[in-house]
Amino acid sequence: MPQPSLLARADFDSLIRALVARGYRVLGPRQRSGAIVFDEVSGAADLPAGFISVQEPGSYRLEDSGNGRYFDYVHGPESLKRFLFAPQETLWTVSAGGEVSFKEALPDLRPLAVIGARACDLAGVSVQDRTFLAGEHSNYTDPYYASRRENVFIVAVNCTRSAATCFCASMNTGPRARPGYDLALTELDEAFLVEAGSEQGEALLADLPLKPARDVDELAATQAIAAAADSQTRRLDTTDIQALLFNNLEHPRWDDVAERCLSCANCTMVCPTCFCHSESDVMSLDGTASEHHREWSSCFTLQHGYIHGAQIRPQIRHRYRQWLTHKLAAWIEQFGASGCVGCGRCITWCPTGIDLIEEVNAIRATRIDTPSPSGRGEGEGV
Amino acid sequence: MSANAKTFNPYLPQLAAVVERVDETRDVFTLRLRLHDAQARAAYRFQPGQFNMLYLWGVGEVAISIVSDPDDLDLIDHTIRAVGRVTRGLQRLKPGDKLGLRGPFGRGWPLEAAQGRHLLLITGGLGCAPTTSMIHYALQRRASYGRVTVCHGVKHPDDLIYTDRIQTWCAAPDTQVMLTADKGTPEWRGRVGLVTQTLEDIDPIMFKGMAMMCGPEPMMVSVAEDLLKRGMALTDIYLSMERNMQCAVGHCGHCQFGGKFICKDGPVFPYAQLRALLAVKGF
Repeated sequence: MPQPSLLARADFDSLIRALVARGYRVLGPRQRSGAIVFDEVSGAADLPAGFISVQEPGSYRLEDSGNGRYFDYVHGPESLKRFLFAPQETLWTVSAGGEVSFKEALPDLRPLAVIGARACDLAGVSVQDRTFLAGEHSNYTDPYYASRRENVFIVAVNCTRSAATCFCASMNTGPRARPGYDLALTELDEAFLVEAGSEQGEALLADLPLKPARDVDELAATQAIAAAADSQTRRLDTTDIQALLFNNLEHPRWDDVAERCLSCANCTMVCPTCFCHSESDVMSLDGTASEHHREWSSCFTLQHGYIHGAQIRPQIRHRYRQWLTHKLAAWIEQFGASGCVGCGRCITWCPTGIDLIEEVNAIRATRIDTPSPSGRGEGEGV
Repeated sequence: MSANAKTFNPYLPQLAAVVERVDETRDVFTLRLRLHDAQARAAYRFQPGQFNMLYLWGVGEVAISIVSDPDDLDLIDHTIRAVGRVTRGLQRLKPGDKLGLRGPFGRGWPLEAAQGRHLLLITGGLGCAPTTSMIHYALQRRASYGRVTVCHGVKHPDDLIYTDRIQTWCAAPDTQVMLTADKGTPEWRGRVGLVTQTLEDIDPIMFKGMAMMCGPEPMMVSVAEDLLKRGMALTDIYLSMERNMQCAVGHCGHCQFGGKFICKDGPVFPYAQLRALLAVKGF
């Protein structure tokens, strides 16, 4: 284990400069329209100093933190997802100038550095790796995802605050970043504790004006991260979650939540792990070429469950149930891990403030448990 | 140098050409395709029950079951019903027209486990392409299987396809074909009624064999439960499923059925794996 170092707050620019010098396009947190999003940063002055986010179900407000810290905001609607799994992209193009031929359209490979990824975001990447990279859980590598994955440098930030909607501690994903980062920072009063998590991260340290960290610095970082975990009031009880959800598919709570759910798909857009996407073709105006596109899709759309003239999930209760049973239960069968990393974004960014933890708890509290081996759903009307 | 240059791109179609189009009914047709690249053609192998993604220029892709014989290394046949934008366009293709093909994808019928067993092949409606591939496969290798019984139900006699081929099935040794239509016509020589009703008249020895089916889910569930009552083992019942499929490799999420991806864990499944969820609407 390399020893942690200290980067003075006044020297934060040197980190951005070092990344730029190595050819990275550098993104970091910035304040935009009342929320924190990732965008290009050229210096520490671009960072959202002095903000905290007050997050509640269906509510996100930035407020003055009363100090100058850069990373007290915890997180905004964006995870790392869009940097690896593009919201919209061209998979291939085909031309028809007498002869049809297919041509790959792989993404621009300019390396990207992202400053400010949280533990939940890293956990989201490791969950998406199971979908998009060939291995135990996937037969094929998605070359578009893989090429971005290889070209991203992640500067993680260990959370020393939690939002009210955070529950990463109960999902065992944070608030300290698990491996997967190149560098991890912990923000202290006047400095950042810096730890390298990869060879590239280690190499970058050589470019920074670092001082060795003292025991007292490491202790302060550990205590601040532990305090962030302790401050989390939400926790998701995942005990027996697969049987709980799949044995309660006719629980009245699904009707109850369907009354509140707008089927707007916000939860799936902000989720770091949701991977559904749809494909479409866009022909050029002169009809000589066509592009095959894909873009993020959602199980909350009617398009998602369409099959030659029929709709698999016509009601919102079907679609919310599809999402929750997949996220928390079916995902484990598919990928050997939960699809939930405990970031709480689906709670914050739900326009009607639906809290998946409350939904699970409600089902658990009044579970019916009707497994259906041959006990077939009678009266299952649309 | 990025890894993707070295990596196979499962999304990229290969160029193929239409060799022949056979019009089966007004809206059902078979496309016989040949891959353009000789190397790709030589490397292409599939199992009955697997599917390809066919790409119609400028319009899009659609998942289509492969109905030709896996030992035919030249042509790949797809029987298609014109129901949507892509399939209606595919219906207009002529010999020599180009299209995209990627595949094969998914898990096909349990050919190994079926060796030496009696085969009960049950289809309903127009979704008979996946089982048709298995019927052809078994009849081409007749000695490897026990008795073969085909129960094929259609809504209307006009929906019956492959009439020539059905004649040859009837003529095959130890093979019984039962055709049924929900409503008959004066010319209809088959049975009238639902495909489930044909089970009553099947030699009970067939229930010691394996069942393979495709068609509407309520019909498959109804038949499967009936077969269980008649003594067939749960592990001997297989079905081919359909869902919206766009990527075919388990990435796009559309074809999920509980914890299964129809595209990569199926489309052929043992009934036991899907039984509980098939009883619930909305998956």
